[in-house]
Amino acid sequence: MAEAHPVGFQWVMEAKRRGATIIHVDPRFTRTSAVSDVHVPIRAGSDIAWLGALVNYVLSNDLDFREYVVAYTNAANIIEGRFQDTEDLDGLFSGFDPETGHYDPTSWAYQPDSAQQVEDDAERDRAYGDTPGSQESHQSARSESHGSGGAPVRWKGRRDETLQDPSCVFQILKRHFARYTPEMVQEVCGIGPEQFQRVAEALTRNSGRDRTTAFCYAVGWTHHSTGAQMIRTASILQLLLGNIGRPGGGIMALRGHASIQGSTDIPTLFNILPGYLPMPTASQHQSLDEWVRDDEGKAGFWGNVRSYAVSLLKSYWGDAATPENDFCFDYLPRITGDHSTYTTVKSMIEGSCKGYFVVGENPTVGSSNGKMQRLGLANLDWLVVRDLQMIETATFWKDSPEIETGELVTEEIGTEVFFLPAATHVEKSGSFTQTQRMLQWRDKAVDPPGDARSELQFYYDLGQRIRRKLAGSTDEMDRPLLDLAWDYPTDDEGDPEGEAVLKEINGTGPDGAALASYTELKDDGSTACGCWIYCGVYADEVNLARRRKPHWDQDWVASEWGWVWPANRRQLYNRASAAPDGSPWSERKAYIQWDADADDGKGKWVGPDVPDFIADRAPDYVPPEGAKGPDAIGGQDPFIMQTDGKGWLFAPLGVADGPMPAHYEPPESPVRNPLYGQQNNPSRRKVDHPANPINPSFSEIFPYVFTTYRLTEHHTAGGMSRTLPYLTELQPEPFCEVSPRLAAERGLTHGDWVTIVTARAAIEAKVLVTDRMRSLRLGDRFVEQVGLPYHWGGNGLTTGDSPNDLVNLTLDPNVYIQDKVGTCDIRPGRRPRGPELTAYVEAYRRRAGVDMAHPEDGGADG
Amino acid sequence: MAEADRNRTCLTRMPGHNGFEDRARHQTRYASATHLRRLIGSLCFRRPCRGYIAEVNAFLGWPAIRQATGRDRLGRGAAAMSKRSETLEPRTVKADKVVDSVCPYCAVGCAQKVFVKDGKVAQIEGNPASPISRGRLCPKGSASKQLVTSPSRVTKVRYRRPYATEWEDLDLDTAVDMIADRVIKTRKQFWEWEADGNRTRRTMGIASLGGATLDNEENYLMKKLYTAMGAIQIENQARI
Ligand code: SF4
Repeated sequence: MAEAHPVGFQWVMEAKRRGATIIHVDPRFTRTSAVSDVHVPIRAGSDIAWLGALVNYVLSNDLDFREYVVAYTNAANIIEGRFQDTEDLDGLFSGFDPETGHYDPTSWAYQPDSAQQVEDDAERDRAYGDTPGSQESHQSARSESHGSGGAPVRWKGRRDETLQDPSCVFQILKRHFARYTPEMVQEVCGIGPEQFQRVAEALTRNSGRDRTTAFCYAVGWTHHSTGAQMIRTASILQLLLGNIGRPGGGIMALRGHASIQGSTDIPTLFNILPGYLPMPTASQHQSLDEWVRDDEGKAGFWGNVRSYAVSLLKSYWGDAATPENDFCFDYLPRITGDHSTYTTVKSMIEGSCKGYFVVGENPTVGSSNGKMQRLGLANLDWLVVRDLQMIETATFWKDSPEIETGELVTEEIGTEVFFLPAATHVEKSGSFTQTQRMLQWRDKAVDPPGDARSELQFYYDLGQRIRRKLAGSTDEMDRPLLDLAWDYPTDDEGDPEGEAVLKEINGTGPDGAALASYTELKDDGSTACGCWIYCGVYADEVNLARRRKPHWDQDWVASEWGWVWPANRRQLYNRASAAPDGSPWSERKAYIQWDADADDGKGKWVGPDVPDFIADRAPDYVPPEGAKGPDAIGGQDPFIMQTDGKGWLFAPLGVADGPMPAHYEPPESPVRNPLYGQQNNPSRRKVDHPANPINPSFSEIFPYVFTTYRLTEHHTAGGMSRTLPYLTELQPEPFCEVSPRLAAERGLTHGDWVTIVTARAAIEAKVLVTDRMRSLRLGDRFVEQVGLPYHWGGNGLTTGDSPNDLVNLTLDPNVYIQDKVGTCDIRPGRRPRGPELTAYVEAYRRRAGVDMAHPEDGGADG
Repeated sequence: MAEADRNRTCLTRMPGHNGFEDRARHQTRYASATHLRRLIGSLCFRRPCRGYIAEVNAFLGWPAIRQATGRDRLGRGAAAMSKRSETLEPRTVKADKVVDSVCPYCAVGCAQKVFVKDGKVAQIEGNPASPISRGRLCPKGSASKQLVTSPSRVTKVRYRRPYATEWEDLDLDTAVDMIADRVIKTRKQFWEWEADGNRTRRTMGIASLGGATLDNEENYLMKKLYTAMGAIQIENQARI
């Protein structure tokens, strides 16, 4: 965190000054480790084993925060009798289809509380022409299509609040994690029992009414074929310790780009629409009703999904969207599975996707398997790159590594390339959403130089031109473009006004005035809203993201700096900061609490933050039978976006690779999975392409683990840092880090060139031989790791080979993110040049026995 | 100018901010050097001549001596200053205006003050008023002025014809118009009304990557336009 989010790290140091224990878990020793109380070196990719053992420690020693767990989580829920665990099936859960790699999650479901519920639900399915229960069995294959709040459960379900029923979540969890012992941690992660004990004690001592622990993570958890489950494991641990929704608690995703949170909320992503509305799926959503049916009416605010959906359609198609035409629902394109970036790159190589916009991103350096990226670019009809500097993605046709090896020839690449200069952050006004969901507005300081323009201007202009060119078309396919609400006020230079767009995002009522809250949204077409969770940022026609009240003029929550979605709530699920009866868990940890005397004795939730709950819902409120939406949230259901109001220790639905996390080895590993017979995540998504061969696991040819990471002085793919003299001077060349033991084993000399090779590529870098990389003892053997800062490419002031060329494409089945851990060899000296390089890598593949008929398998297991 | 003033006030007002601390150190140095001069004068040089005084003063003015005798033992503040550097003013003082901004690198979201002089960015500094960053910027945020003023920034459209070996110039207006034509053509060429018997109403020919470095408003227009085009392969760094 000190390396990649340095200024955020000041708060960790503040906490330390006040007595917090700082624990840093990372394969390498960094600036963070240097100031932490404990540094735990871990084998990259083994986090579920480590966190799972902590869960086991809590459960087997009865150290959970029982009152919190019983009231606020699904620990008491009874699971279907048909459910089978990895304990029963040697690493698989019930419902697995080995043909497709998908799970059918129907056996993971909550038991209903009454037979009536089952009947009502079946009735609903039949009304849609479905076989009862068939909806869930689709779920596995469409993890990409869940909106906000995850998958909707059918009922709150039967509970045993004594937690004794052998089929309740708590007992299932206990059995599931029993094999995650400290000995196993040594064997899998290379972390000794003493260190495990120290961390386990620190964590559990720091739990309860008066104490909380926070977890911070970044791509060290997301970049794995089991990434979503790593974060799930941390969630389980935090829920058991009562650390969610309370001050000083939480699981903080430290995100790496100025508005990567914003571009997820208002997504430029294939599977969602603004506010986490799912993109419609062709096989299930052919009308507005079908699109919202899974979520509509379910407990919580997500139950009002129809209002959000209709308001979005109104903001897209304005007057053209009417109740008679389903508010133009049919104008939305439908997805049919995974259309994520890596799958799209494969389509490019295969010739079925021909036009590509790359906007402020540099995939030939920043995405995994650089070769596949470049092969894709070389097979396009046209490519538009918008950036500040001449990045590698724009120049692939003349200087990519494949040109050097002769695999690509400039004169044979038919891609037409447009490079359009972009405006910097000070040359346009607009908002970023940072990692705490906070929108902060930037004012424009200067005009962009030359041809440089903002993306706002470019896309507005492009839309105008396309619409002009298609004007008069009677082709049905052009209607969504022609009917699009695309009029924005412009300034003197013809640039659209950012605040007008922000107001559209915020939403407007029938009179055109900005709305103040998403609770005002209607499903009858009388309101429009571009992103329901952002509703309120422009309340009373005031741009609240622009607020800059100094922190010394407000309380510690600082609610008047910027604006945080939803509803300016600084901490999500903060109802959990109070005990079930509404009083603070302790004086020290008081945050939001129930004031029974407020509002003339009607009572309301009060505190320094906006309550993330219905303001006047009493803690003892029990929803009446048949209640829907927000009315169905009980007074002790803090997780108001979940359809049952509870924190999920066990996911009865919605997670593609199992209801609970299980440790599987990365697709390439020198280690046999000691926990189960199942070596790799059985649901991992493989990218089957000759340019993506997987190293066989346990290979003597590729004996070392490698992983990639950031440096403080550079930024992702380097377009914004390798081009700046200041930053280049601070971090002037690429390097890799290895332990002294590995250096001795391979004859590597500190400061000399080395070559790192996988079945995909070989790259060179200078080697830093350092104790910061630890040789890890796993059982009776050592595992060595090679650390690679990944920022480099061929352009800019500091250049070098791209570590991402080494990384394979094997994706997490929930989110389609790649696994950045792989195996490699490392040798002294520079890599071969030209065609010899291809031959060199080919020879490695041959020696390692890479099966080029099934390159995606690595020959390890299915 | 008024805004620049206000900004300076808030920079120096903030307890813990360098400006505040530097001034305190400054005063300490003067106090101790004068003190030392008097002391040496009284002990060693009963009848000092002018030359002596000048030499002693020069000697005492050496940064190393000031470092040894003053409070600035690390020599990173007052002791390192010279007459000349004391008369220098920060670039920020002469700014015509100061504009509120946010660092464009990582998602911590540190607040920035952009100092503008003659329509150009003169300096970018941290904003101490921010409850997130309290005025700090890391190396990247501190370097962000160069992001704007970098000499290697490309400010003209570049165009590479199919199979060509070099870039060409192209007028911006023409370029955007050509792109619009290509979108229309490719969209149609790869249009798909149905897949596996289900209506899809989409084009599989066009993809987009990027958004995490852009504004919310920009992401909004992008997704809106792409959706209306029927393009679905829209992605950004959040997937990566
Ligand atoms: S200054 Fe550094 S820590 Fe702050 S937002 Fe910028 S890159 Fe992140």
